[in-house]
Amino acid sequence: MHILLRAREIPDIHKYDVYVKNGGYKAFETALKMKPEEVIDVVKASNLRGRGGAGFPAGVKWSFIPKNEPVKYVAVNADESETGTFKDREIMETNPHQLIEGALICAWAIQATAVYIYLRGEFWDVAHELDKHIAEAYKAGYIGENIQGTGWTCNVYTHLGAGAYICGEESALLNSLEGKLGQPRVRPPFPAQKGGGLYGEATVVNNVETLTNVPWIINNGADEFKKIGTENSAGTKIFCVSGHVQKPGNYELPMGITLRELLYDYAGGPPEGRSFKGILPSGGSGPVIRVNDTTLDAPLSYEGMEKIGTILGSASIIVMDETVDMAWAASKIIKFFTHESCGKCAPCREGTYWLDKVLDRIMAGQGSLDDIKLIENVAKNMQGTTLCALGDFAANPVIHTVKQFPEDFAKHARQPENGKSNKPAAKQKATAGG
Amino acid sequence: MSIHDEKYAERIAAQFAKYPTKRSVVMPLLYIAQEEYGWISPEAIQEVAELCDMDSTQVKSIAGFYTMYSEKPKGKHWLQVCTDLPCALRGADEFYEELKAYLEVEDGGTSRDGLFTVEHVMCLAACDKAPMLQCNFHFMENLDMDKMKTFIEEKRAEAKKQEE
Repeated sequence: MHILLRAREIPDIHKYDVYVKNGGYKAFETALKMKPEEVIDVVKASNLRGRGGAGFPAGVKWSFIPKNEPVKYVAVNADESETGTFKDREIMETNPHQLIEGALICAWAIQATAVYIYLRGEFWDVAHELDKHIAEAYKAGYIGENIQGTGWTCNVYTHLGAGAYICGEESALLNSLEGKLGQPRVRPPFPAQKGGGLYGEATVVNNVETLTNVPWIINNGADEFKKIGTENSAGTKIFCVSGHVQKPGNYELPMGITLRELLYDYAGGPPEGRSFKGILPSGGSGPVIRVNDTTLDAPLSYEGMEKIGTILGSASIIVMDETVDMAWAASKIIKFFTHESCGKCAPCREGTYWLDKVLDRIMAGQGSLDDIKLIENVAKNMQGTTLCALGDFAANPVIHTVKQFPEDFAKHARQPENGKSNKPAAKQKATAGG
Repeated sequence: MSIHDEKYAERIAAQFAKYPTKRSVVMPLLYIAQEEYGWISPEAIQEVAELCDMDSTQVKSIAGFYTMYSEKPKGKHWLQVCTDLPCALRGADEFYEELKAYLEVEDGGTSRDGLFTVEHVMCLAACDKAPMLQCNFHFMENLDMDKMKTFIEEKRAEAKKQEE
């Protein structure tokens, strides 16, 4: 059953006519007949949680928006930059009107004056197609002035980023939209509060997948939505499966399905003759897990992933088989975060730089066992010390990979000679520092 | 050369109509400037700054912050190859090495014929279709070197034809 990837069942649903023929914009019309706060109540009751990674209840977020402000915004987070994530792109390419409809329902619920869809710059083609779809909805009277005779006016625009992971962080996204450097803001005030949102106005920032669920919830009711998934993780989720599986791709399935079912029944299992070794269930930013019966049988839900020491996040599931050196994988992810650290907070900017340098030394066979302790120490000092979560995320690949796969790091370390310290020679230290 | 050219007037006006502040138009204008100059040249910075009511230093900092604005001239075809973990698990590192060798360039370099600039970039949200790259912001997916050689030689032949 697909709530989001409906193109798998209805070809051409990206086209306005096909979308409308299949019930499109009916939910928006229903919502317009409801009071805005009633719409918020339905979304609240559905337990729809934010699909961008944090899992914050969407309806609760909407209810934070002050009622009497004249200008309010919806910012749609289509920055999709987490390593291993490629779901929002498929939604926007194959079911764009449902996203537009969901964003409009949100806009009505908070009485927003405009919707900005912030797409990562690399979604250049996607954004230009989306502009055409927005124009169709505009022409049909679902966007613009006095929408469906309600007297309410709301416009929808796309905005292209230009290549910066950090702009997926909500306050950095808002700064980027305002033409400032895409760096996170100090909070409070939060985006939903006056003074904290776009141009200082109260703003709901929601992920593409989150909003695309909303029309279905309005059409079918909160109770029907809650019947899908688990008690704390209602609905379906798009799992982006990449890496060492036979059939990588997006799979929209009810939350609570196990990793084993996803990876074997849907993604076709590991490459011929090999077995799974490690999995990153939340892209580069979440803790890695070692594959065994316990982890394979863990349900893919917010609470299920927490139980095995990791997070569901945006459900970008990177799968690695027995041929992968996990120290190499960690160093790849660290290179990503070193490049993507925005430079605002010293622990993240400096921490990622040094993790990268020392990991390079370890991978080159020049590191000592003390270097493994050193990277753990650096990583731990990054956590909880930065304005946004990037610093915490960047520490995860080191802290958890060392913990789960210590042997993969130890094999690269130079062994101490008998009776001598295994600290790197002074000369090597200087090289690594330079 | 200028973004004040009439051919951009409509697009620029449409961008200003989208936002309540002039400053928000800086990113869309930098894209238009890059289209005009081929890169974010000092003239481009100046023109964008004037239109957005910003200091040129501020515009330069925006251009430097994002990877899709090029601060130096580049080849006609800008190939940005993803070598991040999910792509690397499907052979992107080897693909990138072969691509550089075929074009006889280093990371970030431009081929001698001036047609191709090659660099590695971070995740492009196409992990299930690796190896992949973006060429002048359009995605090319499920690649191998045979496909790339055909593409490169086609573009070379096109350029040669244009010269004649």
